[in-house]
Amino acid sequence: MAAARPGFASATGAPATDREAAVPPAAWIGALVLLFLPAIASDFFLVQVFGWALILGTIALSLQFLAGYGGMVSLVQMTVAGFAGYMVAILGTSGLAQISLGWPFWLAVPAAILLAVLFGTLSGALAVRTAGIYTIVITLAIAAAFFYFTRQNETVFGGFLGFNGVRAPVFWGIDWRSPVPFYYLCLAWAAIAWGLVVWVIRAPFGLALQGIRDNPRRMAALGFDVTAHRIAAYAFAAFLAAPAGILLTWLNGQIAPGTVGIGPVIDVLVIAVVGGLGRPIGPFIGALLYVLLRIFALDALVALGLSGQRFQLLIGLGFLVTVLFSPDGILGLWERARRRRAATAAAGTAGGR
Amino acid sequence: MIARSGPDGGGVEGAGRGVLGWIERRPLAALLLALAVVLLLWLVLADWPDEVERWLGRKRVFVSALFNGITLGGLYFLVATGFTLIFGLMRNVNLAHGSLYLFGGYLGYTTVQATGLWLPAFVVAFVLVAIAGLLLQTLVFRHMEGEELRQTLVTIGLSIVFADLMLWVWGGDFYQIPTPEWLAGPVELPIVLDVRPNGEPIYLRYPRVRLVIFAASVVIGVLLWLAINRTRVGMLIRAGVDDREMLAASGVPIQLLFALVFAFGAGLAGMAGVVGGTFQSISPGEDTRFLLASLVVVIVGGLGSIPGAALGALLIGLAEQFGSVYLPTYAIVFSFLVMVLVLAFRPQGLLAMR
Repeated sequence: MAAARPGFASATGAPATDREAAVPPAAWIGALVLLFLPAIASDFFLVQVFGWALILGTIALSLQFLAGYGGMVSLVQMTVAGFAGYMVAILGTSGLAQISLGWPFWLAVPAAILLAVLFGTLSGALAVRTAGIYTIVITLAIAAAFFYFTRQNETVFGGFLGFNGVRAPVFWGIDWRSPVPFYYLCLAWAAIAWGLVVWVIRAPFGLALQGIRDNPRRMAALGFDVTAHRIAAYAFAAFLAAPAGILLTWLNGQIAPGTVGIGPVIDVLVIAVVGGLGRPIGPFIGALLYVLLRIFALDALVALGLSGQRFQLLIGLGFLVTVLFSPDGILGLWERARRRRAATAAAGTAGGR
Repeated sequence: MIARSGPDGGGVEGAGRGVLGWIERRPLAALLLALAVVLLLWLVLADWPDEVERWLGRKRVFVSALFNGITLGGLYFLVATGFTLIFGLMRNVNLAHGSLYLFGGYLGYTTVQATGLWLPAFVVAFVLVAIAGLLLQTLVFRHMEGEELRQTLVTIGLSIVFADLMLWVWGGDFYQIPTPEWLAGPVELPIVLDVRPNGEPIYLRYPRVRLVIFAASVVIGVLLWLAINRTRVGMLIRAGVDDREMLAASGVPIQLLFALVFAFGAGLAGMAGVVGGTFQSISPGEDTRFLLASLVVVIVGGLGSIPGAALGALLIGLAEQFGSVYLPTYAIVFSFLVMVLVLAFRPQGLLAMR
């Protein structure tokens, strides 16, 4: 274990839990902008850029929670989200009437979340059977098995084509499919998920989890049930990811094996790592960057005379550069820049005296 | 080094090594295994009574699934053994291993297209992919030794980049490496599948190339086992797997050893790519497929163990083939179920080193 530890710490950066209580002004401005975004942004930006980024950010946040605070890099989070999306399509209504059960949304959505949490917990229970670098291997295998299974299985998961026509419901007189309400739906869940993570990491459970991340043997000796804490962390992370998966399904209007394929599973890891595994805000920064790249890189690549298909190359290289040169992501870059500025400022005042 | 939680996380006790020792320790398991082998042999060799045919369908289907499973296991072994070797020595979970496999397949295809020769394709794939592995080890992974997670993340990034570069060069088409003349066509095996009404037995006809490739992978496996257990380099590798720091402290040029093993493991994956290209086909996406097969194989067999890779490959190959014959829509669940059962009852893998 001793040799495994430093590698991990240097890759994720030491997640800061004891943040100063005061909210920095930048956060206030960011929150205000997000809240009043519909007043300035077009529908396309609202849903296809910010809505998508908030959804992906929430899924990546569940990975960041497990990796940053639990020390478990789980690749199964996109699969949990996709599972919830599949469940909403199967239990609720979709274009595949012969499979979908047609439950009303107020029954289908909670049931889908519950089932997805169950799925995430079971995956976690399997993954925590071994620790360290095995977690990636096992969760990747689970994610892949689910992907191939959904592609093969026609009777329940709709096979290669999956389900289309999965729509957000209409209630309280609001059509939640239209851009502004849908944006607020995404923003609300992202904010709740972020708040939950911030709260949980300061609660006794979160503190115990971080203790387990740093030294499982000592925590076990202190009387903490290491395995139970880890499985509970997977359950909590699944609870964050599942509603985001449902929102993703509503955003696309469909769910198919491609949504839970190896590519998206790795993309969520890329988002979390590039944004920064150190703090819960990191995945959202990563997600916004990813979405902007995804939408606008195509034009940029074509302008450079390359095929738009080289998008994956761009993502891969960006990820490599991040892991090689700034293992704690963009957040890490930002923090270091700030510290350096503070240091030079301090040196300046010290020299002035 | 890797903490393993779970009830029997301690691993295999030192006493009673080898097959005889295992039989002594687990007489019941040994008996069950022997019974299973006898049953399988009977199913292959005997003339099936109607009762069995009602349960398992036609004998032809069963026997060809068995042979397909075993030969697929041979291919999986070739891919997974490099993965497990690299992990065992360097603790590097190389998630770009599937890319090396696919790269080997493409190189083999290009060689066969250019020269029309099949065997040199193996040499070209082995050498070039080994060089790629060597470069990776010396230029990238050497600089982040001990940082397991960072190495793994780098391999993920590399696999994304490699996949796209290969798509760029070779396009999205399916390629199949043509089987050479002297290996083409089926061979008749002395296994009776059925008896014609006129009393003439029908023998199993099986593609010669698959049998030859399976034999070759068995030979490679045995040679590898001998190399690791009987040679000086093998001794160093075993020592490095047990305690890297101590080996380095005793004056062994451990970086050279790492580079050699990484190159060799990569080369094996490249060669397996040529095999896979002949067996099946190569196309984008095969890299992840074979990476995942290797992952499941080594989880089942035990990360870092070569006999484990062989056993895991056999089990997964068989599970996949029997699954796709008897329960097509749930085929993937079979190999997954094997993995889940192993994780539940023996999380370190069936033949883990420790």
